[in-house]
Amino acid sequence: MTDRHQTLTLLLFSAFVAVTLGITTWVSRKRHGSAEEFYAGGRLFSPMENGFAIAGDYMSAASFLGVTGLIALFGYDGLLYGVGFLVAWLVVLFLVAELVRNCGRFTLADVLAARMSERPVRIAAGTSSVTVSVLYLVAQMVGAGSLVALLLGRTGGAAQVWTVIGVGALMVIYVSFGGMRATTWIQIVKAVLLLGGTIALTVLVLVRFHGDVDRLLLTAAERSGHGDAFLAPGLKYGGDWTARFDFISLGLALVLGTAGLPHILSRFYTVPTARAARRSVVWSIGLIGGFYLMTIVLGFGAAAIVGPEAVRRSNEAGNTAVPLLALDLGGGADSTGGTVLFAVVAAVAFATILAVVAGITLASSASVAHDLYASLRRRRREPRSEVAVARVAAVGIGVVAIALGLLARDLNVAFLVGLAFAVAASANLPVLLYSLFWRGFTTRGAVWAVYGGLVPALCLVVLSPVVSGSPGALFPGVDFQYFPLQNPGIVSIPLGFLAGWLGTVTSTEVPDEAKHAETEVRSLTGAGAV
Amino acid sequence: MQSSNGRLHGSGGGPESSAESHEDHGTDQRKVRYEDPWYDALASGWGESDGTGVPAPVAPAAREGAAVRARDVYLEVQRSAAFQEVRSRYRRFVVPGVAVFLAWYVGYVITATTAPGFMARPVAGAVNVAMVAGLGQFLTTFLLTWAYSRHARLRRDRAALELRWDTQELTREVRGGEL
Repeated sequence: MTDRHQTLTLLLFSAFVAVTLGITTWVSRKRHGSAEEFYAGGRLFSPMENGFAIAGDYMSAASFLGVTGLIALFGYDGLLYGVGFLVAWLVVLFLVAELVRNCGRFTLADVLAARMSERPVRIAAGTSSVTVSVLYLVAQMVGAGSLVALLLGRTGGAAQVWTVIGVGALMVIYVSFGGMRATTWIQIVKAVLLLGGTIALTVLVLVRFHGDVDRLLLTAAERSGHGDAFLAPGLKYGGDWTARFDFISLGLALVLGTAGLPHILSRFYTVPTARAARRSVVWSIGLIGGFYLMTIVLGFGAAAIVGPEAVRRSNEAGNTAVPLLALDLGGGADSTGGTVLFAVVAAVAFATILAVVAGITLASSASVAHDLYASLRRRRREPRSEVAVARVAAVGIGVVAIALGLLARDLNVAFLVGLAFAVAASANLPVLLYSLFWRGFTTRGAVWAVYGGLVPALCLVVLSPVVSGSPGALFPGVDFQYFPLQNPGIVSIPLGFLAGWLGTVTSTEVPDEAKHAETEVRSLTGAGAV
Repeated sequence: MQSSNGRLHGSGGGPESSAESHEDHGTDQRKVRYEDPWYDALASGWGESDGTGVPAPVAPAAREGAAVRARDVYLEVQRSAAFQEVRSRYRRFVVPGVAVFLAWYVGYVITATTAPGFMARPVAGAVNVAMVAGLGQFLTTFLLTWAYSRHARLRRDRAALELRWDTQELTREVRGGEL
């Protein structure tokens, strides 16, 4: 990419950083340092604001760059991701959003601790929430690093390293100074930018084809070299049965994982009522659905206009399909329009990564301070302010994510996101659903459900071809691969549910009728909700 | 529907009025104090300390007794016909809804991976069965979202708010008597 691209991209991105830092300072000037303020932004966001913020939290660079790239390279198989990411929101809307808003305070563990013996379930849920968040964070950091390398042309390691460190430092500043209120506003700004950029590109693609979607699809199929097969499933996941099971596993993880993502759950506490939580999910489903519909157009547009060959030449995984498309739509590499559009898309992608990273860091610092620190600290020591602990935790998580992001910088981003979803679906969803809906659920069941999903999910990943035994693995030199699938969801999600059931039926503890009544009444009516 | 008959309190214009007027203020709402009468009634005795790590300043003995009786309040509300009605309305919508969209989604994923030939069958122009099914997933998601929020707004919200009010009144009475 030329110098003009770089300068303009850096300028736009610096403007975004300046605006978000401005928001953070402005917000933190007025804060009064309570936990309510830090974790939940005072709980007074409107459903529309929260809907945009949820959409901002959810539409990561993996979707904007990854899914469009997959569609550009593999046609229909990339579209399956978008469907999974969207349908997952029905699980959230129907089973989780309102009930969690009604009976929790800041984190997933709050919902469980209401019914169970507090200490063990807090430690379990806190551990799994932090694990999921760190996996998701690493994915975003790796994405940021490779994006920089790709867009700024410095494929050398130094630019990548400094980007990962820079992104990490910025997010620590956002989170520890601004808390939930600053993070929410950053998500909103980012969601508007991302949707604006996507709408502009989609309109340009459709204008190019005079609004004829049929011709767009036919051109894409023709240029791909696969013909009609490009418009049907099977190009990427249609090989042997391992690949097919891998895809079914990924599909399950995507649809069930969203409801267990800690940074999504914590967003429901930023609105005053369950009703407002429901309305913010409705907003976000509209925004996210529209976004994924547009990524389909962009993906096929990139295949038709740029061509899969050019996309693959620029980046093997297809991550640069959208920037290349923008360059072409603006009028080509040497035109002003192309330069501007390219720079805008690159800046939007950076903003996306930064905002998502801030959201996850906040959620995981809440898990550390509110769940783990509160349960594990020594009783006789002077209790420190929870918010101060959360600020320190944000710094600590930032450092861990930077280190892991640097270690894992050659891993595939989409895989890491799929993995985070699989762990969330295995460890967090079973325990959440059981404690909301099962009268006889006990403490042992809850603890077993969390670890029974978390441990198999992580172990299966370690034994999978991702870590060893294949050319693209983390340790290609050694071979301890015993599990054929890349995504553990199809095995570990049922195990999580099974472990929760097993733990409950084998425990001698009598389930507390009154506490179940309290959870049920509170979750459906909102009585006593904070 | 009319489970609220015979209650002493009036909820003004129903749940719509207070919640709506607040939520639509949009940008400057942080300046507006939340007007919902239930907002101030925070639940104490929920087994948690407040943000600073200091236990809530309530005499322990009193809280113990109150907590025991507050538990009975929730059991009582849970057994009431009004609550059972709200719960069964929620479940009658959510259980079939979840079954339908999960079956439709899993069926779609399995068909896409096991029967690509069927999915490639053309429908009209460049559009094939796979395209129709994929866009159908988007459409059903939007439709179910609309149906759920409509059902909740019309069939559940008012009754739930009444119950919330009653439950909090009862808990407050129990706690007040003890202190």
